[in-house]
Amino acid sequence: MVKFRGVPHDSAHKHVTGEAIYVDDLPCPPGLLHLQPGLSPRAHAKITKLDLAAVRAAPGVVCVLTAKDIPGANDVSPTGTGDDPIFAVDEVVYAGQAIFAVAATSLAAARHAAALAVIEYEDLPAILTIEDARAAKADLEPEQLMFMGSTEEALRFAQHTLSGHLRVGGQDHFYLESQAAQCLPGEDGDLVLTSSTQHPSEVQHLIAHMLDKHSHDVRVHVRRMGGGFGGKETQAALIAAMTALATHKTGRPARLVLDRDDDMIMTGKRHDFEIDYKVGFDDTGRLSGIFLDLASRCGCSMDLSAAINDRAMFHADNAYFLNNADITSRRFRTNTVSNTAFRGFGGPQGMMAIERVMDAIALHLGKDPLDVRKVNLYNKMGRDFTPYGQRVMDNVAPQIIEELETRADYAARRVAVRAFNDSHQYVRRGIALTPVKFGISFTTTFLNQAGALVHVYTDGSVHLNHGGTEMGQGLNTKIAQIVAAEFQIDFAKVKITATDTDKVPNTSATAASSGTDLNGMAAQQAAQTIKTRLVDFAARDAGCTSADVVFENGHVRAGEKNWTFADLVKAAYMARISLSSTGFTPRQTFIMTAKSISARRFIITLTGPRSAKLRLMC
Amino acid sequence: MRDTICFTLNGKPVAVQNPDPTLTLLNWLRQTRSLTGTKEGCAEGDCGACTVVIGDPDATPTWRAMNACIVFLPTLDGKTVITVEGVAKDGKLHPVQRALVEHHGSQCGFCTPGFVMSLYAHYRNDGAVDEETLNDILAGNLCRCTGYAPIIRAAKAMYEYPKIDEIVLAPAIKQDTLALTMTCPITGTMKKYFAPQTLDELATLYGEHPNATILAGGTDVGLWVTKKHAVLETLIDIGRVAGFAEISQDKTGLNIGAGARYAAAHAALGGLHSTLGEMVRRIGSTQIRNAGTIGGNIANGSPIGDMPPPLIALGAKLVLRKGETTRRMALEDFFIAYGKQDRRPGEFVESLFVPAMDPAARFAVYKISKRFDQDISALCGAFYVRLQDENVTEARFAFGGMAATPARAKTAEAALIGKAWNEANIRAAMSALAQDFTPLSDMRASANYRLQAAQNLLWKFYLGEAAPYLARGVNHG
Repeated sequence: MVKFRGVPHDSAHKHVTGEAIYVDDLPCPPGLLHLQPGLSPRAHAKITKLDLAAVRAAPGVVCVLTAKDIPGANDVSPTGTGDDPIFAVDEVVYAGQAIFAVAATSLAAARHAAALAVIEYEDLPAILTIEDARAAKADLEPEQLMFMGSTEEALRFAQHTLSGHLRVGGQDHFYLESQAAQCLPGEDGDLVLTSSTQHPSEVQHLIAHMLDKHSHDVRVHVRRMGGGFGGKETQAALIAAMTALATHKTGRPARLVLDRDDDMIMTGKRHDFEIDYKVGFDDTGRLSGIFLDLASRCGCSMDLSAAINDRAMFHADNAYFLNNADITSRRFRTNTVSNTAFRGFGGPQGMMAIERVMDAIALHLGKDPLDVRKVNLYNKMGRDFTPYGQRVMDNVAPQIIEELETRADYAARRVAVRAFNDSHQYVRRGIALTPVKFGISFTTTFLNQAGALVHVYTDGSVHLNHGGTEMGQGLNTKIAQIVAAEFQIDFAKVKITATDTDKVPNTSATAASSGTDLNGMAAQQAAQTIKTRLVDFAARDAGCTSADVVFENGHVRAGEKNWTFADLVKAAYMARISLSSTGFTPRQTFIMTAKSISARRFIITLTGPRSAKLRLMC
Repeated sequence: MRDTICFTLNGKPVAVQNPDPTLTLLNWLRQTRSLTGTKEGCAEGDCGACTVVIGDPDATPTWRAMNACIVFLPTLDGKTVITVEGVAKDGKLHPVQRALVEHHGSQCGFCTPGFVMSLYAHYRNDGAVDEETLNDILAGNLCRCTGYAPIIRAAKAMYEYPKIDEIVLAPAIKQDTLALTMTCPITGTMKKYFAPQTLDELATLYGEHPNATILAGGTDVGLWVTKKHAVLETLIDIGRVAGFAEISQDKTGLNIGAGARYAAAHAALGGLHSTLGEMVRRIGSTQIRNAGTIGGNIANGSPIGDMPPPLIALGAKLVLRKGETTRRMALEDFFIAYGKQDRRPGEFVESLFVPAMDPAARFAVYKISKRFDQDISALCGAFYVRLQDENVTEARFAFGGMAATPARAKTAEAALIGKAWNEANIRAAMSALAQDFTPLSDMRASANYRLQAAQNLLWKFYLGEAAPYLARGVNHG
């Protein structure tokens, strides 16, 4: 039997002994250059003078890189918007933007030299907040609208209406391993990169684009990241590009591992939001309709802001039937670091909006917030359509909330909390039970694809590779289990190898909670292709039908015959049967037109409630 | 004089001649020794990914978890240094490592070596494994993946695994004074490092090098190097000065040597008052308390140092020494202006005296910070009053984060002296406090927040320890 439960992370042993290798742990290749970027301290300014002579002359400096050294596109924008320069030219648009990078023989020398740059600026008006951007009409793309029914009318006839505003703050990812990449020179100007990225294919494509090379000239591999959380979905490309440029220019290996402060200053974070709502509801708290305006600070460039803000809109219902809804989304450009993917990818911000509305209604009606939440949950026929037109199926939210309410003894605890608050002056207690519905899939349809590569060697060992990247989520462990289960062999017989653009091409980012589903299916398919060949061979050899071939406990039985898995593989090899296969999953999705943000967005929606209790000293 | 430092690394002796005095242990391990298990997460002693264990028979505790990113290599002379690579023995995982593997305590794994080493130090010190203790000893290790629960479960189980052979503690050996010199290849600066062994030697050396940087725990000086890239020409390390870290107590009060680390002084300070013990606990993580000194916190004169406010409120006296001469002053008089202390060239903080708590006195200290553990205070408020027949005869309210130096709220104090200890008078003192300070707005707190919180802390002090339990609508006078 293949063990599925309680299997430690495939690298757990290496994690606890310090043997797991991250980018900066690689042995230093001879001639390695260490990079340090030089950053703008201004939010928005013209560069009036850029004098790097002292930087070049500093001890240990081998070269200084600027936009002038880039033969191709000075851009690492993930969606081709062309607005993420690697090095600023003439103008800086956020504090922390790179203007140059020093490559030196030691990190200390690079950092010492970078501080010697003489740069003069002429400040330009800077838009820093959502309020500033709204006033300046600084939209990155047109306002988006999603609607269901007639909200205007619903609110006109509502028993109660309420309006309000909330602010949802941003966050830094604080992956413990800061952004890091290393580039080695190859033959014919080829480049081999090790990058701490969730998206090796994008790093590959962007570097080829930067250097006016083909994608086949650039190879990117990722064994593991020391955390990603969305922060290494697009942001890793800038760091990798700088190392590739240094190697391209000097022919020497180059490494850039960001200092924590630089990482926090240079790279994007969670989008902060300003949210306005106007809601209509009846005496029970049930919504008749809602106007929601979600405005976010995207920073200085597009990055993934379109998809992130879309997802905020898609989750502004959370687990509730809105009845009539009018959801608008403003995506604001500001002179701050370009905000990016972050755990939940806009979803949490959308959910925060509707959850605040639930609490506001409860407060207004003097009801228990859980009761208001319950009357608004998606339910059966007629109350099962999202504002984006997807029917909510397999909805278990009402049942699991009921179960949790009973098991957590919510009602009694609530009474106790009230009694405590009524009798105590300086300490407040609170209790909440909140559902979550989260859509799993990339909302950008074509990204819902994955590839895998499986080799079976003649000793029965299996080499597994897939397009997903390991950042602590145990993806490799899960996918190895899938392959081990397919062949019914021991988990230890399956070797997981670093994600590599040479092995599985054109991968999607490991993101959108889709890593296991997409890559697991691809790996399973690859294994099944090989398995089918082995079944046919075994059936032929044993003179039985394919249906009589059974894989079990590291053995294969066919009619009267019984092989170990390794013996069967060896025999198949001798019979000239291919023991290698790719696998590919194009995930089924519905096609959407650009104009209407409505269709079946998510293949799976997860529902999970959570109960929390807290104490506040005021 | 010696120019070579000697210590053991994972059980093997190591000697390094004239290293760069500000070379960090982390960079030396990773760059020179290729021991890359110890990770850099922040390079400022905040995240714990670089935690290593330093054994020292003279230290409290014997096995100290330390942030290698801000430990300078020469300070390891004579110590037993253990990194994550040295914990397993002959391919057999240490109980701490086994527990983490079997309880799924790692995900991305980057913080894991640091957790291993924090737990390893605790294991070697025979530390308790109740949740409160574990939360405290791990407060200096950040993990973004696990949510900590599996790590705590592993920690609780670490004693359940069979023991393995451990690296032994190297005995303390008396050796010549260390004096290092080297020239920095990048800046061309001649760097010097001295580690005097007696107070007299320290006084003489500092007299000869009055511009030297005095190095104690390095929890601040380390950041000058790793973050500000400062080049420190001369360092005098007070870590080996005999008797400099002594703590003694008699009926009159508590004497604390300037070199005493938080970890060593914690029990004695907590004995003065429980809130002072809690303040010391929250001043920094275990790693920081294992390095930082009370004297360093005072001598560097920061307006947000956490020790000065409670010590000023308690009426602490400072002893300074220059050459043969010592002088004594009230701690509050030491802080003159931002970045300026009453310390003459070549003069150093020798010790601190905290008078014994008067039974007729009330005292408390509160720290307000965004993060509960291991954060710099937005403000810190310490309150001392002596009452006679319910009238206030003496009051000292000292704050950090409210002005350019740690400072007393003398208007608020004056509003209470000679008055009854009651609600009306406290309210008046809270209003008066607004005249004492014009705090700044910064990323830790706004000026308004600071002032209101400072006033409310006085109210909290008045309510006393019962505050959380006080009923609504009752007059607490």
